[in-house]
Amino acid sequence: MLSLENISAYYGDVQALRDISLRIKEGKIVTIIGSNGAGKSTTLNTISGVLRCASGKIEFLGGRIENLPPHQIVELGVVQIPEARLLFPYMTVLENLELGAYTPKARKGKEQNQEIVFGLFPVLEERKTQLAGTLSGGEQQMLAIARGLMARPKLLMLDEPSLGLAPLLVKQVFGTVKEINAQGITVLLVEQNVFHSLSIADEAYVLENGRVVLGGGGKEILENPRVKEAYLGI
Amino acid sequence: MLATVIQLIINGLLLGGIYALISIGLTLIFGVLEIINFAHGEFLMLGMYASYWLFQLFGVDPYLSLLMVIPTFFLVGLAVQRIIIQPIINAPPLNQIFATVGLSLVLQNVALFFWKADYRTVRTAYSTLCLKTGGLMISLPRLVAFVLAIAMISALLMFLKRTYTGKAIRALAQEKRAAMLMGINVYRMYQIAFGIGIACVGAAGAILIPIYYAFPTVGALFVLIAFVVVILGGYNSLVGALIGGLIIGLVEAFSGFFLSPHLKEAVYFVIFILILLFRPTGLFGRG
Ligand SMILES: Nc1ncnc2c1ncn2[C@@H]1O[C@H](COP(=O)(O)OP(=O)(O)O)[C@@H](O)[C@H]1O
Ligand SMILES: [Mg+2]
Repeated sequence: MLSLENISAYYGDVQALRDISLRIKEGKIVTIIGSNGAGKSTTLNTISGVLRCASGKIEFLGGRIENLPPHQIVELGVVQIPEARLLFPYMTVLENLELGAYTPKARKGKEQNQEIVFGLFPVLEERKTQLAGTLSGGEQQMLAIARGLMARPKLLMLDEPSLGLAPLLVKQVFGTVKEINAQGITVLLVEQNVFHSLSIADEAYVLENGRVVLGGGGKEILENPRVKEAYLGI
Repeated sequence: MLATVIQLIINGLLLGGIYALISIGLTLIFGVLEIINFAHGEFLMLGMYASYWLFQLFGVDPYLSLLMVIPTFFLVGLAVQRIIIQPIINAPPLNQIFATVGLSLVLQNVALFFWKADYRTVRTAYSTLCLKTGGLMISLPRLVAFVLAIAMISALLMFLKRTYTGKAIRALAQEKRAAMLMGINVYRMYQIAFGIGIACVGAAGAILIPIYYAFPTVGALFVLIAFVVVILGGYNSLVGALIGGLIIGLVEAFSGFFLSPHLKEAVYFVIFILILLFRPTGLFGRG
């Protein structure tokens, strides 16, 4: 569905991604793990078109998407839920959801989609007139996911959705990701919570210093001695 | 005494409505594009001349001229954004300042070249009409200008509150990267916001012409006030710009009466310093 071939990207003169290649098959959960600063967010932002892709190619459903403007990439169905959520803090929950459904296609099915999202996160319906900036951390993460779902993604990319959440909420977020995937949405999950994300992933890639150093099935990577040592402390 | 105070309040509010309309465009441009439009006053000047010439050449009433000035200035705003602002949108602040200050100087000189330094105004049948009740005097063109300014501001606030495009503009001002990731075409929103800002200030020029003079540097007078209003209102709050405009109008009316009209610039400056000292985020700013 999505493939990256030898992608590189820069911040100014500093190279952040080196020859990244990865493949995501339709219907799967794929995870990218790696420590802080490995280049996970940079990878997602390059796919989303927020950051320029300096070389290599990105294909989505058979078409090239590298360096398209971000709004066109969203319209094609590639939607990112950014790290640190980036909600619209002075807008209500409902307005945030509306803006999630900004593209013409998403706007058509907005009401129906909103029902689905409220089914997934009932607490958001209770708080629909509250300003997003006044929600609790867990609720903000739910809203960030819900806002992304409102865009009717074919591929949903989540950047560290469990970051800063209490253990109970972390489990709930990973449960939600599985549920979203079960509804037919392909998922690309970026995480530092290595154990949880590998447990639910079909495929996984390990990123170090802007390079893919390891790739394979989720369980397989979880059993890899090097991963065990470096990321799980076993 | 009471009648005098009420009269001053009326005078101040009527003036403040126009200040608010000028300032709200400046605030919108700053909030969305993060650009300080130092040429804002020159678009006010152009709005005044546009309305003036429509009256002189075609006999179009200044208030009726709004129907032409608003769409024309919106399109001018789109073009200026495209040609001058977009190339510097990610440039260092100093380059941005040079670009808009440069534009302001160019527009002043173009006006000077074509229309000379003469003071021009429009005299209509209602120019000197006054409503008189209970010892109070309300100048009709000032009242009309106030009503139109408030109506336009309300329409703008409704647009931003209710429409999809308006919400996208607000979203962009609050969290740019998220707006991009939601599929909002940032470049298009920059254009629309800049166009609206210029349309507002152009409209303010048109409703000013029956009560004030147009000349090439008239913008500088008003833009100083607009900057104080924007800072008082809190940089990125449109409601702040509205209320800030009304407050500055009141301050001008009262200081003109109790101190001296010649001191008004000094009074703005004192307010400016007080805000920076005691509430740098302004009355409605959100940091
Ligand atoms: N906006 C930026 N400007 C400059 N360097 C950046 C920027 N964002 C990230 N980097 C650098 O790029 C590298 C990868 O960062 P990032 O993709 O955010 O890592 P991760 O998401 O895996 O924690 C890091 O070395 C980081 O310091
Ligand atoms: Mg990151």
